[in-house]
Amino acid sequence: MKLVVLAGTPGSGKTSVLLHTIKALMRNEKRPSVVKVDCLWTDDDQRFKRLDIPVHVGLAKDMCPDHFTIYNTEEMLRWAEAEGADVLLSETAGLCLRCAPYPDECLAVCVIDVTTGPNTPLKVGPLLTTADVVVMTKGDLVSQAEREVFRERVLEVNPECNIVEANGLTGKGAFELAELIRSGPDAVDDMLLRYNPPLAICSLCTGETRVARKHHMGVLRNLDGFMEYKGE
Amino acid sequence: MSEIINLTILGGVNKEGADEPIRSVEICSGEIVGIVGPTGSGKSTLIDDIEQLAQGDTPTGRTILVNGQKPDANIRVDPRKKLVAQLSQNMHFLADMTVEEFLQMHARSRGKDEGLVSRVIELANTLTGEPIAPHHHLTALSGGQSRSLMTADIAVISDSPVVLIDEVENAGIKKQEALQLLAGEGKIVVVVTHDPVLALMSSRRIVIRNGGMVDIITTSQEEQDVCCKISEVDNWLMSLRETIRRGDIVEQVA
Repeated sequence: MKLVVLAGTPGSGKTSVLLHTIKALMRNEKRPSVVKVDCLWTDDDQRFKRLDIPVHVGLAKDMCPDHFTIYNTEEMLRWAEAEGADVLLSETAGLCLRCAPYPDECLAVCVIDVTTGPNTPLKVGPLLTTADVVVMTKGDLVSQAEREVFRERVLEVNPECNIVEANGLTGKGAFELAELIRSGPDAVDDMLLRYNPPLAICSLCTGETRVARKHHMGVLRNLDGFMEYKGE
Repeated sequence: MSEIINLTILGGVNKEGADEPIRSVEICSGEIVGIVGPTGSGKSTLIDDIEQLAQGDTPTGRTILVNGQKPDANIRVDPRKKLVAQLSQNMHFLADMTVEEFLQMHARSRGKDEGLVSRVIELANTLTGEPIAPHHHLTALSGGQSRSLMTADIAVISDSPVVLIDEVENAGIKKQEALQLLAGEGKIVVVVTHDPVLALMSSRRIVIRNGGMVDIITTSQEEQDVCCKISEVDNWLMSLRETIRRGDIVEQVA
């Protein structure tokens, strides 16, 4: 089973790129399946269902959506197996730039919107820097020069990645991405994350809603960068 | 840096998925080729296929050969090796940085000397009204200023043997000068246009309909004569426009 984990900020075009890539995979006689993780609500599954492939939605609700994705990876792989698929495309909710929910034995794909400007690659963090493939979307809305500057910035923070310039409207880049998926790794048992999730366990993680500082405990970081443990 | 190359476009399919009637077009160094057709017919899509050196892997299924051969994967993506410079329809920059910072970064991405930046700005200012300064913010430039800067950037930094131009006439800049600047010496120029002067300045024009290449017209002697005549009219219009821009009075009919 090929595992593809697709991350990227909301609105970057993850779903549109995936839809075209699925068609390209099917033309190559692969049997893709999709798990779409979101926080509270999604109707993206309807778009995938039109392609007549197995689709599963996971809503993280009160749990961090990236932690939810990681925690449920085995479950997703089992489901895809039972559906007779040979590729599992896991589309993350894509909200937090700190978590990068990529296991080592997957094809890690980061989708990034070129119109957010060439400083964005510097802000994205492990989501971008630990990805195997960086998909640049909406390039048709900027000049060639701007695309090239953006590309340079991506390579500054992730020199080893494959860059795919994609267009969710026309399907540009889908063929290339499908080829990378076909030659990607197979998922194994006992996979490791490429990058650790945030360290802090604090009272906010367990449901504290009061803002005042005196109510907080755990591993906490000050505005000036000082990190401390407060508690018993 | 323009090495001598030729491009071959091998036909793919139109919007209905049927084979497009023109199966092969070869374009040689020094040639200007027009792309014409109704809006929405797929002219920009053809330009995009050439920009990416499509290998049957775009929605049109077209293949682009360089010197009769399949190009290297590197040539397709690495800006340092790119054969193609493209002036697209976009009239604005979205990058939040100054003109100077942006041009320096672009020069770096193309493996060029950052000293070229002042040359780009100088050239851009010959095409536009209000001058652009290095400290200006890209996002605050006008449409005409942005377009001039994009044009000069292509002439100097993205100096490539193939230049693709998408509708330069809508840009509010001096179009014939811009075309001359972009065409340089011995380059292949492919220009999407509705403008009769630009269309007839090309040696051939590819006609697009419903996503497919349906015809290739070679510019006849008669058409070239027409082109000379409308150039005169066009230049006259341009000078009138300049007169009005300067706040002067239009005095006589030529």
